[in-house]
Amino acid sequence: MMQSCFKNKIGDVVLPGDIFSFELPVTEDGSVKAEKIICGPGLRRNGDEVLVCKSGILRHKQPNLYWIDSQQKRYVPAKGESVIGIVTAKSGDIFKVDVGGSEQASLSYLAFEGATKRNRPNVQVGDLVYAQFIIANKDMEPELVCIDSNGKANGMGVFGADGFLFKVSLGLVRRLLAPQSEIVKDLEKLFPSEIVVGMNGCVWVKAKTVQQTLIVANLIESCENMTAQQRQALFKRVADGNL
Amino acid sequence: MKDTPLSNCERQFLLKAVEEKKRVDGRQTYDYRNIKITFGTEYGCCIVDLGKTRILAQVSCELVPPKDSRPTEGILFFNLELSPMASPAFELGRQSELLVKLNRQLERCLRNSKCIDTESLCVISGEKVWQIRVDVHVLNHDGNLMDAASIAAIAALSHFRRPEVAIQGRDITVFTPEERDPIPLSIYHMPICVSFAFFQQGTYLLVDPCEREERVMDGLLVIAMNKHREICSIQSSGGIMLLKEQVLRCSKIASVKVSEITELINKALDNDKRARKEGGKFGFAESMPKERITALKKDEAPVEMTDVQDTANEIISRTEAQPDIVKVPSPVVPAPGTGQVGEGLLNTWGLEEEEDEEEEQHEKEEMSTGEVMVLSDSEEDDVVILNPDANKPKRLEGGSKKGVEAPKKQKTSH
Repeated sequence: MMQSCFKNKIGDVVLPGDIFSFELPVTEDGSVKAEKIICGPGLRRNGDEVLVCKSGILRHKQPNLYWIDSQQKRYVPAKGESVIGIVTAKSGDIFKVDVGGSEQASLSYLAFEGATKRNRPNVQVGDLVYAQFIIANKDMEPELVCIDSNGKANGMGVFGADGFLFKVSLGLVRRLLAPQSEIVKDLEKLFPSEIVVGMNGCVWVKAKTVQQTLIVANLIESCENMTAQQRQALFKRVADGNL
Repeated sequence: MKDTPLSNCERQFLLKAVEEKKRVDGRQTYDYRNIKITFGTEYGCCIVDLGKTRILAQVSCELVPPKDSRPTEGILFFNLELSPMASPAFELGRQSELLVKLNRQLERCLRNSKCIDTESLCVISGEKVWQIRVDVHVLNHDGNLMDAASIAAIAALSHFRRPEVAIQGRDITVFTPEERDPIPLSIYHMPICVSFAFFQQGTYLLVDPCEREERVMDGLLVIAMNKHREICSIQSSGGIMLLKEQVLRCSKIASVKVSEITELINKALDNDKRARKEGGKFGFAESMPKERITALKKDEAPVEMTDVQDTANEIISRTEAQPDIVKVPSPVVPAPGTGQVGEGLLNTWGLEEEEDEEEEQHEKEEMSTGEVMVLSDSEEDDVVILNPDANKPKRLEGGSKKGVEAPKKQKTSH
């Protein structure tokens, strides 16, 4: 019952205030049979019902994961997500990092690879860091680290001076990060460039020249509202040098 | 809320791009972003889009006693507001430096240039004059608020019509628009601001800086000019030293830009006038491109509708007769195991791939469960479930497990 009331709506647009209500199936001996579902972003439980709290498309992943795929720009920190942040202040032994959330995140200077009390990492105010949330609660200040559980950088840390940072919507970021993302595949064919995508909507791009960096940045931005055919046509025009 | 900080990396890149005569949005050095002027259904209401910057200007009027020093002149009042809607950095009700600067510049540009005939706004000398109030609201901030605000204000003023008045002795009659056509303000010329951003102590120059360019610029020069190439005001901020030639060059660029923009405003005014005259559609709502979502349209799920009326009547009569039969949703243990996503490591939510499969499965399930499932899935809620169960128990026994569960629940609720 529970699954079926969701299943009817998979792929449909749902709006905040929509309610999924269901009755739990009862087994022969009268006890309630537990059926587990997991509510992702945009869905929340309210007693016997599941409420929709974001507008978007209801998605489902096997076996029992449901969430709402919505378009938004405001980032809400979530544990485990990797983001690009801007260091805004150094205070004592922590850095304050702006990740675009409602509150600045904190990043300890010890949370870098090879950092010790003596050997401090070289981070200036205004630098970019690629880091991961280890604490993200709605009531607490979020906390970032630049190391994985083995103490290795694993790609995280401070960015070099070059490159360009811009912001896109969270939906586009998820499309870029999806495994076998079409956009990334199309971009790869153009020219070599380095792209770092943070879950908070920040994208950092570095190519050989300023011009190329700008092209890549503008292409990614324009992918926001394009169909696959439009995108491929545009990318082809760029590749041919007709822009 | 604090504004998002600008990283060193962005700053360096923007400066490097300026040096190479490149701009973030692909414009040339002297290019303006797209300007779009739209008018509302009422007179004196105008929205100007300059790229992503968006400004609304609304003109209103009222009869007030004049100032003692100028008994025969109407009053012009400008009020520019920065709401938090435009940018998270703006706070409501706080006189920020930027706000004061913009307000002063707007007044200098439009009032001190005497572009509007204030004497024609006098109704009875020393007693009643029109006060024209221009409210400018910033709806979105993406740089160069000054130019957009000046375009919006002057376009709204040109679009505005004040009610006609008749004076008999000391009596003033104000006519509604239905009685007599309202009359436009007399506008001598249209001053328009053009902003120039300077980088590297004035070495590089950009017209119409966007928000990020404004953040890294060294100095700003705002020239207000009309299409007759008369400079109405000129203001340099940021404390950079400019050479005489640079200012002259800027004024030349400004004159070109101003004539283009003036033409655009006149065209927009003409279009609006024509639309009103022909009784066509006008106003903001009409200027928005109509977009309807069609891709997501879905065929309706088949619902059995054959004997809905009968069953409904039956249900009603039944509930009236024995109210205790009414099914109260049995107290259900809250779904165990609802939880949050994102507790683990990286999110690995797949996209659309698996869904087709999923839907197919679901369809099969629906078919196998037979009629009861179809009914309970229909939008007609609990009521429909109740009745067929009681009516056709034989059928249910043949059904799947889910079908069997339903009547059992009923028993418990009785």
